[in-house]
Amino acid sequence: MQEITTTHEVLGTLKLVYTIYALAIISLIGWFAYRVTKEPNSTKTFITPKVFYSYLALLVMVGVGIHILTYNKIPWVAWELKKHMIKPDRKVEIVVKDHKFHLPEIKPIVLQCGEIVEFNVKSEDLTYGFGLFRKDNSMVFQMQVIPKYDNKLLWIFDKSGKYDILSTEYSGPKGAFMKIKDAIRVDCHKKVALKESR
Amino acid sequence: MSIKELLLRGNEGGLDTSSLTPIQKITLRTVIVGLLFYGLAALEGMIMRAHEVKPLPMIDESHFFAIMTVHPIVGIFGSTYLIVFGAFTFLVPYLMKKPLFSVKLANWTWITIATGTILAWLAGFIYHYAPLYTIYWPLPVDFSQFKIAGGFMFVLGVALIMIGTLMFIFNIYATVFYTPKGQKKQPLKPLLMSAFGIDGFLNLVNKIRGKEPYAKEPPLSLPIVAIFRGTVDTFLDALVILGAGLLILFYILGEAFGWSLDMHSVDSLLYKNVFWWGLDLIADGLVLIYVAGTWYLLAMIITGRNLFMQNIARAALLLELVVSWAVWSHHLLSDQPQPEIMKLASGEMITAFELITQGLALFITLVTLWRARPLKMTNELKFLLGGLLGFGLAVPAGIIQADMGINRLLHNTQWIAGPHFHVAILVGLTMTLYSAIYVLLPILTNKGVKLYSQKLANLHFWLHLIGGIGMGAFMGMAGIDGMLRRHLYLNGEFGGYMFLAAICGLMLLAAWVIFMFNLIATVGVKGLLGIFKKSNLDPEIVVPAEPAPAAVKAGAEATPPTAPAKKKEDIDA
Repeated sequence: MQEITTTHEVLGTLKLVYTIYALAIISLIGWFAYRVTKEPNSTKTFITPKVFYSYLALLVMVGVGIHILTYNKIPWVAWELKKHMIKPDRKVEIVVKDHKFHLPEIKPIVLQCGEIVEFNVKSEDLTYGFGLFRKDNSMVFQMQVIPKYDNKLLWIFDKSGKYDILSTEYSGPKGAFMKIKDAIRVDCHKKVALKESR
Repeated sequence: MSIKELLLRGNEGGLDTSSLTPIQKITLRTVIVGLLFYGLAALEGMIMRAHEVKPLPMIDESHFFAIMTVHPIVGIFGSTYLIVFGAFTFLVPYLMKKPLFSVKLANWTWITIATGTILAWLAGFIYHYAPLYTIYWPLPVDFSQFKIAGGFMFVLGVALIMIGTLMFIFNIYATVFYTPKGQKKQPLKPLLMSAFGIDGFLNLVNKIRGKEPYAKEPPLSLPIVAIFRGTVDTFLDALVILGAGLLILFYILGEAFGWSLDMHSVDSLLYKNVFWWGLDLIADGLVLIYVAGTWYLLAMIITGRNLFMQNIARAALLLELVVSWAVWSHHLLSDQPQPEIMKLASGEMITAFELITQGLALFITLVTLWRARPLKMTNELKFLLGGLLGFGLAVPAGIIQADMGINRLLHNTQWIAGPHFHVAILVGLTMTLYSAIYVLLPILTNKGVKLYSQKLANLHFWLHLIGGIGMGAFMGMAGIDGMLRRHLYLNGEFGGYMFLAAICGLMLLAAWVIFMFNLIATVGVKGLLGIFKKSNLDPEIVVPAEPAPAAVKAGAEATPPTAPAKKKEDIDA
C-alpha cells in the first residue's frame, strides 16, 4: 500500500510553518521599529544591490516553489490535474436541489480505503458547496457546486470512519442547515491496493 | 475643563474651520464619514462574532446573513473607499501643484457613496436581503428566499457607490491631465508614460544597456503614479459591479412584471469568472496598489528623502498592471468545471507575482525608512510599521491559499477571512490609513489643532495591532480545524476560538472608540460640525497657508497651490 499524505499532515505542517513565519515577521518589524530610532553605528550599509536582488530571487523562489512543493507532496493536486486520465473505482453521484442533498442510496454510502472515488455533485438551482467533515468538525475536502455543471472530484480515503456532508458555500439563509450526518462510511478492513501509476 | 466641554470645544480651542479651503473641508468630511462607517462595520463584526460564541436570541439566520452581507459593503465601500478617496482627492492636487478639477464633484462623490452605503445597509436591515458580497449567480435573484424590494434597494445602493466611485475616478484623471488657466500645457505622452510606470521601466532598461535614463525627472511623482495605477483597477471593478447590478435589476423587473425569466440562462461559471475578475481588482487596485502608493508617500514624508529604488518601484507598478488583471482564477480553485490551465496559470503562477510586487513595496519602504535613521517614533511612523506588518502577514497567507492543494482544505474556511483578508484590511490597510490621517491632520487643519492625548493614541495603536493580529490568528486556527466562514454554528462547535477572536474584536472596537474620542477631543464637536459648513475661500486654493514642513522635506513635486485666505462668496462646497 502506497503511503499518501493526509489532510491532517498538510494542515499540521501549514499551522507550524505559518506560525514560525508570523513570529519571525513580527519580530523583524519589532526589531526594525527599535533600531530605526537609533543612531546608526557606522555609515556603511548592508543594503547593496546584491542584497536587493537576492531578496527578489527569494520572493520568486517562494512564490513558485510553494506550488512545486505541493504538487510533489500533496497527492490530490495530481488527482485534480490528471482527473481526465484516471479511471475511478467507484462513482458517487449526488444531486442538490432546494437546499437539500439527494444521495444516490440510503445513507451511509459505504466506501473502501484505497479505492479511487469520483464524487459528482450536480446542482439543479443554486451555487452550493460540497464538503466532507469528520466527527471533530475538521474538513476532509470541499469543492464548489456550480449549477447545471458536472462538479467532479477524485478522492482516495485512508482512514475508516463516518463522515458528514455539509454545504461549504453560502446559498441563502437556508443553506446554513444543509448537513447530512454520517452520510458516508469508509471501511478500511478491505483495502484496495493503490497502483504505483496513481 | 470637563469632558463635556472638552468634547464640545476641542483641545486648546479645537479646530477653527473658517480658515479651511473647500477641498480641505471636503477631505475632512469624507474621512470623518468613512471613520463612522468603520465603527458601524466593527459593531456588525462584533454582533456576528458574539452570535458565533453563543447564539443571540434576537438574531435568526436571515438576520445573521443580512449582517454578513452588509458588513463588507459598509467596511470596504463606506469606510475604506471614503477614507482613501478623501485622502487622494486632496493629495493629487496638493502634490501636483494645481487645483482639483472639480470641487463640487468631490463633494457629491462622498455624498453619493455614503447614500449608497446606507441604502445597501437598509436593504439588509429592513428586508434581510442577503446574497453576500459575492452575489454568486443565481442567488441574488432567488426570490423564493429574498424580497424584490430588498434586492432593488441593495442594487440601487451598490450602484450609487459605484457611480460615486466613477465620479472620484473622473475627478482624479481630470486633475492629473488638465492644465489650469495661466499654466503651460503639459504634453500628454510623457504624462501617460509616467502614470503607467513605463518611464521607470525604460529607465531600468536604459541603465542595463548603459544608456542615459529615459526620463531623468518623471513628470509624475511616485505616489501619483500609484494612485493613477490603482484607479485603473478601481474603474474596471466599478464597471463589472455595475454590470452585475444591471443584470440583477433586469431579473428584479422580470419578477415584478411577471416576465418569467429563466435564471439559468445566465451561465453561473462564466458569471463567476467575470465577477471575480472585477471584484479581485478591489483587492489589487484598492488594497495592494493604493497601499503601496501610500507607503511610498508616507516614507518620503516621514524621512524627508526620496524613495529608495524609485525606478524599480515604478516598474513594479507597471508589472502589477499585468498581474492584477490576470489573477482572478485563484478564487475559483475549488470550482471543478473551471479549466485546469486557468487554475494553474492564473490561479497559482500569476497570483504568486503578488508576493513579488507587494514584497518589493514592503522592502522599498523599509529601506527608505532605514536609510534615514535615526527617526522619531511618531504616530505616523508606528502606524505605518503596523500597516507594513499587516501586509507582511496577510499576503503570504493569501499566496498559501492560492494553491490547488491547500485550497482544497481551506477554501471558504475562517482561514480566508482571518489571516488573509481581515489582517490585510484591518492591520495592513487600516493602520496605513491611520498613519496617513496623522500625517494629513496638520496639513488639512493648517496646523490649527493639537492632539488631545498621546497616551490615547498609543493605546489606540496597541489595541488595534494586537486585536487585529489576534483576531486573524484565532480565526485562522479555527479555519485550519474546519470552521467555515459562511456558515452558522449554533452548538458551540468552535466556541473556544470564537471567544478568543471576540476578545480581540472587542479590542479593535475599543481602539476605534478611543481614536474617535481622541479625535473629537482634539477638534471639538463644533469644529467637527464646522467642516460640514460651506467654505468661503476660493475653491482653486488647496491649502491657504505655507505647506507643512514635512511635505516640503519630502520633495513634493512642487509647492502646492497656496494663497493667503481669499474670501469668495457663494462657493458651493
